[in-house]
Amino acid sequence: MAIGSAKKERIDSLAESTADDSGVSLAASAWKRLRRSPVFLFGSFIIVAFVIIAIISPWIAPHDPSARDLADQVIKARNEIPKPQPGYPLGGDLQGRDFLSRLLVGAQQTLLVGVFATLIGLVGGLALGTLAGAFGGWVDSLVMRFVDVMLSIPQLLLAFGIGALFAKPNLFTVILAVSIVQIPVFARLLRGSMLAQRESDHVLAATSLGVKHGAIVFRHMLPNSLGPVIVQSTLVLATSIIDAAALSFLGLGNPDDRIPEWGQMLGGAQTVIDTHPQLAFWPAGCIIAIALGFTLVGESLRDALDPKNRR
Amino acid sequence: MLQSRTARRRWLAAIGLVSVSALALSACAQSDRGTDSSGSGKVGGTFTFGAAGAPKLFDPFYATDGETFRVARQMFNGLTTFKPGTAEPAPELAESWSPSSDGLTWTFKLRQNVKFHDGTPFNAEAVCANFDRWYNQKGAGTSDAVSQYYVDNFGGFADGAKPSLYKSCSAKDANTAEVVLTSSTSKFPDILGLPSFSMQSPTALKQYDADNVQAQGDSFTFPAYATDHPTGTGPFKFGSYDKANNTIELVRNDDYWGEKTKLDKLVFRIIPDETARKQALKSGDIDGYDFPAAADWEGLKKDGFNVQIRPAFNVMYFGINQAGNPKLQDLKVRQALAYAINREQLVKSQLPEGAKVADEFIPETVGGYAKDVTKYEYNVDKAKSLLAEAGASDLTLKFYWPSEVTRPYMPSPKDIFGAISGDLEKAGIKVEAITKPWNGGYLTDVDQHVPDVFLLGWTGDTGSADNWIGTFFGNPENRFSTGKSPWGATLAADLKKADSTPDRDARLKVYEGINKQIMSEYLPAIPISHSPPALVVKSDVKGIVPSPLTDEKFGPVSKG
Amino acid sequence: MLRYTVRRLIQLLGVVLVLSLLVFAWLRALPGGPASALLGDRGTDESRAALNKQLGLDQPIFIQYFKFLGRALTGDFGNSTGVQPGDSVVDIFVQRFPATIELSVFAIILAVIVGIPLGYVAAKRRGTWFDNLSVGGSLIGVAVPVFFLAFVLKEVLASKLGLPSVGRQDAIGATRVTGFFVLDGILTQEWDAAWNALKHLFLPAIALATIPFAVVFRITRAAVLDVMDEDYVRTAEAKGLTAQVVRSRHVLRNAMLPVVTTIGLQIGALLAGAVLTEKVFAFSGVGEALALGFERRDYPVLQMLIMVAAVVYVVVNLLVDLSYALIDPRIRTR
Repeated sequence: MAIGSAKKERIDSLAESTADDSGVSLAASAWKRLRRSPVFLFGSFIIVAFVIIAIISPWIAPHDPSARDLADQVIKARNEIPKPQPGYPLGGDLQGRDFLSRLLVGAQQTLLVGVFATLIGLVGGLALGTLAGAFGGWVDSLVMRFVDVMLSIPQLLLAFGIGALFAKPNLFTVILAVSIVQIPVFARLLRGSMLAQRESDHVLAATSLGVKHGAIVFRHMLPNSLGPVIVQSTLVLATSIIDAAALSFLGLGNPDDRIPEWGQMLGGAQTVIDTHPQLAFWPAGCIIAIALGFTLVGESLRDALDPKNRR
Repeated sequence: MLQSRTARRRWLAAIGLVSVSALALSACAQSDRGTDSSGSGKVGGTFTFGAAGAPKLFDPFYATDGETFRVARQMFNGLTTFKPGTAEPAPELAESWSPSSDGLTWTFKLRQNVKFHDGTPFNAEAVCANFDRWYNQKGAGTSDAVSQYYVDNFGGFADGAKPSLYKSCSAKDANTAEVVLTSSTSKFPDILGLPSFSMQSPTALKQYDADNVQAQGDSFTFPAYATDHPTGTGPFKFGSYDKANNTIELVRNDDYWGEKTKLDKLVFRIIPDETARKQALKSGDIDGYDFPAAADWEGLKKDGFNVQIRPAFNVMYFGINQAGNPKLQDLKVRQALAYAINREQLVKSQLPEGAKVADEFIPETVGGYAKDVTKYEYNVDKAKSLLAEAGASDLTLKFYWPSEVTRPYMPSPKDIFGAISGDLEKAGIKVEAITKPWNGGYLTDVDQHVPDVFLLGWTGDTGSADNWIGTFFGNPENRFSTGKSPWGATLAADLKKADSTPDRDARLKVYEGINKQIMSEYLPAIPISHSPPALVVKSDVKGIVPSPLTDEKFGPVSKG
Repeated sequence: MLRYTVRRLIQLLGVVLVLSLLVFAWLRALPGGPASALLGDRGTDESRAALNKQLGLDQPIFIQYFKFLGRALTGDFGNSTGVQPGDSVVDIFVQRFPATIELSVFAIILAVIVGIPLGYVAAKRRGTWFDNLSVGGSLIGVAVPVFFLAFVLKEVLASKLGLPSVGRQDAIGATRVTGFFVLDGILTQEWDAAWNALKHLFLPAIALATIPFAVVFRITRAAVLDVMDEDYVRTAEAKGLTAQVVRSRHVLRNAMLPVVTTIGLQIGALLAGAVLTEKVFAFSGVGEALALGFERRDYPVLQMLIMVAAVVYVVVNLLVDLSYALIDPRIRTR
């Protein structure tokens, strides 16, 4: 037992919900229950809606989100920004850019942050976790020691630290900062899930049939670990979007706001939140909605996969 | 089981106790407030001012930060000061002064019957003790980072590593001090009004080992004098610095030589967050704060606060690095940039009330300002044709701007960058945007000539042109790499000559000529704007005169 | 048990050393840094180079690191360059840590006071609209960025409730004893000071409490659900014990173990949340120092506080694990 065993138990308990031999039927039964879950359906509806907006935003956005169409109406000295007007239903931002277009196109960037952060965390974790879980022994202890060191720093704080260390902050550094902190979580999750399977019947059977080690890992163990990984990924999609907003708030986000992103829009509006609250409330509302969507789906997936609920 | 049940009961009891005591406390607070009805009135009271950051120390000689200077201004006096609301030198501890005709020897007649806070008399000897202290810094004290204002204004120290402006000081009699310089300069005696060159008690300096600065690790440590025992002659004395609660307390100096302050206490509350300062003012926690965001002025005025706008004494410029893109060495390209930037709109939309387009690098109030310089009105077509003439129609520029910083001359770099880069793109110039944190690479990159173009500016220390254009272009190896052009060295030499011209009128004529040349023949960078910073106080606060140098004295302040 | 503890402490030391080297090396590799921070925009390239030489920042990185370690052994972890320029970072930590503890403890108290009863009731009424609503509410709480909530509280509630929203205490000349302002006020019987400090705690604590609240609520609910299914509870109910007795003696008490340990595990999230909340409320704790350190690139402060955060986090985790082992003998044998 090393550092923070109780914290790790939380991750490990998720790993235990790994599909066992009844892989297909479990997925089927989980799906059956999910289809009837209002929480899952509501969450999925939010996600699908935002994804569609993100995809079609370049065509439905009424204006170029980086064009300062209404720059003439920005008068800082009188704290005036463009009001809602024909063609610009939400008015303009602090630089006179169409706010609606920025919100719409912002969906794209924000989802990109979430997706890429999750992917990087997942791939990193996959590499480490597979290494540890598949081989066991000293490889396992070495990798897990490293993972434990990373887990020993509060996650969001580590993300702040990483964000502050980049000399040239941009969207990619933000993604890196919020994704690196997810690597140890995924690594531990995958390792736990594989450990649970190493002793299981189908793996033992495959081994005794003379199937190669690598083949077992990639054909049997990894696919069967998918369940918990999907649950964790959905939750990480939400966290990484919120974390990215927190980075922007602390001034560690992407400073170049020509291409909009919600976290950055929210962070940038902090000084005018009392006089132009709409500049903060719209992006904040969008972040809350999409994060809630992912969380709802993630939690209901977790419930559906939880062996305790299968009774 | 028994044990845990009692534990739980204890826990509940504890909660009960807390809520009961909270009630009791609130009752206490109520009754306390009932009896305490005094406080506001013409005489007495506490003036609480919101500061944006912690002062580095309280010995202004070693200070480089505005936060220290603001506190120091209330505790110290200089030989000279600035006429309230202007940058013109005025008498303070020196009642009068006269230079010799060569501008090298300065005689100061001192105010009499002045005492430092520790009772030490102020006289010519004390003046010379201060000058000698500055000049005789040793070790870490000679570092640019420690004695920055001295190094910038006087040059070297007694160790002779660099030439020094200061030569000697002698007490002719108790109330006459004579300071000898090594060369004539336009900065003198204006700089003696800077807080860094305040008069400090020689006794206290010695007692608390004031010169014992040590380089330690990544930074410097300062002696007890600088942290706990600053001793000057000003209207307020040092009280305490409660670091846990981020408050600095100064108390009235009842033996002040001038008009004694009406306040009992002057409190500086450190509130780093801009919106938190605004909130604190609105809720009555503080009586005023510095540098309200331009966007808030209107709202604060509507809420009945007194937004006091300082005369603009700064310049923001669009820096051009001639060592960057080689095309920038062509005057036509630099002029094209000047025509491409819509400064009128930028000033109108992004800068505070009272901001002006800058036609040259110094504001009107600085001596040497030339009325008829070449002006560059916004004209995209002209910009495009100039670029075409120079064969630079496909110009791409690495445009640097600083993130997460606000300067009085540059309220929101992001928005200003957005405006300027939009303008450049309209003129067909491609912009490669690069942003770095102010202290995390931006300043070093600018000084190491990495960008092609960049945003920067300057807030003046004194009203001498040398403090402005002398700082920018006085050395051909500057941020703009003017040395790359043949005129770079000429400009530097001309500036040096102008600074050492003793006769004021002749000197100003020379500066006017240089300003004209800069704007027509050289254009080493493009001046953008002069924007006035402000401070805001409650409507019942009287006696603050906004100063272009942020040199506000709180001594005359009264509440109600 | 002792051997286990010692082993864990040695591991902790290893983690700290590795971490310090990583943080140190990364910070030094960056442009700007101390020289830039000390000289500001009046610095020139020459003056920065001279200063780097004077401070030994031009030496190879491992020499700098060993010098740093040497100084660290004497308790000198460097001085701040931006948060409280010139102050030793150890002093900054010592001054500010009580503020963050005070805030975190108050936030946890709020979260527990609301979260445990709500979780208990939700579990008892599983599947009802009350349950669904509170579960949904706790999830929304997770989805709202903490700093945004803090802003909303500050803008909306502060003026309505007449609560102060800036700092830890008004400048009322309170006596300092421990650095915990509420406690100080009580110890010195300066009731006004204690009350004033308590009022300043209120809004930031609400914002910060949303982090532990969601977890406390969900764990309580899950634990109560679990326990209600257990045989002894069914037996107790079958025996005809009153609902009151079953609740207090069996269900709640057995459900508390996971709740208590979970609270301990929230320390990390609270530290990160404190960075955001303290910045919004200008609450002069460690979190605000970190936020300012990030903003002003104060590397010595960041270095110190990130390390301390890691150590605090690890130590709390160790304590949680140890208490686990004490309470549940099964773990000791593992």
